[in-house]
Amino acid sequence: MARRETSVGKARRTGQGATLMPVALGGALGACTRYLLGLTMIWLWPQGTLAAGLPAGTFAANVIGSFVIGFVAASMIRDGRLGATPARRQFLIAGFCGGFTTFSIFSLELLHLIETGAFVMAGAYLGASLACWLLAVALGAWLGRAIASRF
Amino acid sequence: MGEIFTTLALVALGGALGSAARVLVAQFVTQWLGDAFPWGTLVVNVSGALMIGAMVPALTDIQSLTDGRAAPPGAALLIVGLVGSYTTVSSFSLQTLALIEEGAWRAVIGNVLGSVLLCLAAVFLAAAAVSALMGAG
Repeated sequence: MARRETSVGKARRTGQGATLMPVALGGALGACTRYLLGLTMIWLWPQGTLAAGLPAGTFAANVIGSFVIGFVAASMIRDGRLGATPARRQFLIAGFCGGFTTFSIFSLELLHLIETGAFVMAGAYLGASLACWLLAVALGAWLGRAIASRF
Repeated sequence: MGEIFTTLALVALGGALGSAARVLVAQFVTQWLGDAFPWGTLVVNVSGALMIGAMVPALTDIQSLTDGRAAPPGAALLIVGLVGSYTTVSSFSLQTLALIEEGAWRAVIGNVLGSVLLCLAAVFLAAAAVSALMGAG
């Protein structure tokens, strides 16, 4: 069911309104998934909270979201491949992954750890986050390219 | 149990608006500054850090955001939903990976250090400013 993108489609894509609906839907879904993931993590592991010095929910969301964006970006580059259309890419990349991951809450948590004197945990949170985000996106892109090369 | 659905609806509404706003701001910044460096994501994340820093003292205490208690309605809509979704780690990771694959190491270091330090500074300054205003008022 892959549709070829027409010149009209391209014009709509560079125009503003056309792509915002998939982005908004994906963003709503991503934000809810992040919130529910946070609640689930606390239920599974009650110590993994900012109060206990371990913001595990945000960490998990950002690592998983980095993996997914790498996979989607590498595997759905060409229209038609794995069902890719501009709207679906926008829904998954700018919408879901963008709404699921969050740099602002990460920054807020990092600053909170620093301000409460938990310097070791702040350093560990920063270092582990950067390392795991980049590893996850590289792994996702590698897997996406490997799968896409078979289609 | 009904409380969580209200919270989810507020988070979803904020997430939809925040994500759309992110795309518009990033497109505008990229048209303005070009795409050799991920300025769009950097501007989004730093401006979002300013917003979250300003909102937290007014809306909630930081720990209630992540300790499993239902977020207060204002915090669910504006912090977890709107600003949480406006900013993004996934695009930051993807763009940093692209810079690494291009071998643009100065841009990699600039993007990583710039994002972390500017966002931390933005949260700190905005929170301090709003706390001072609230204290004065």
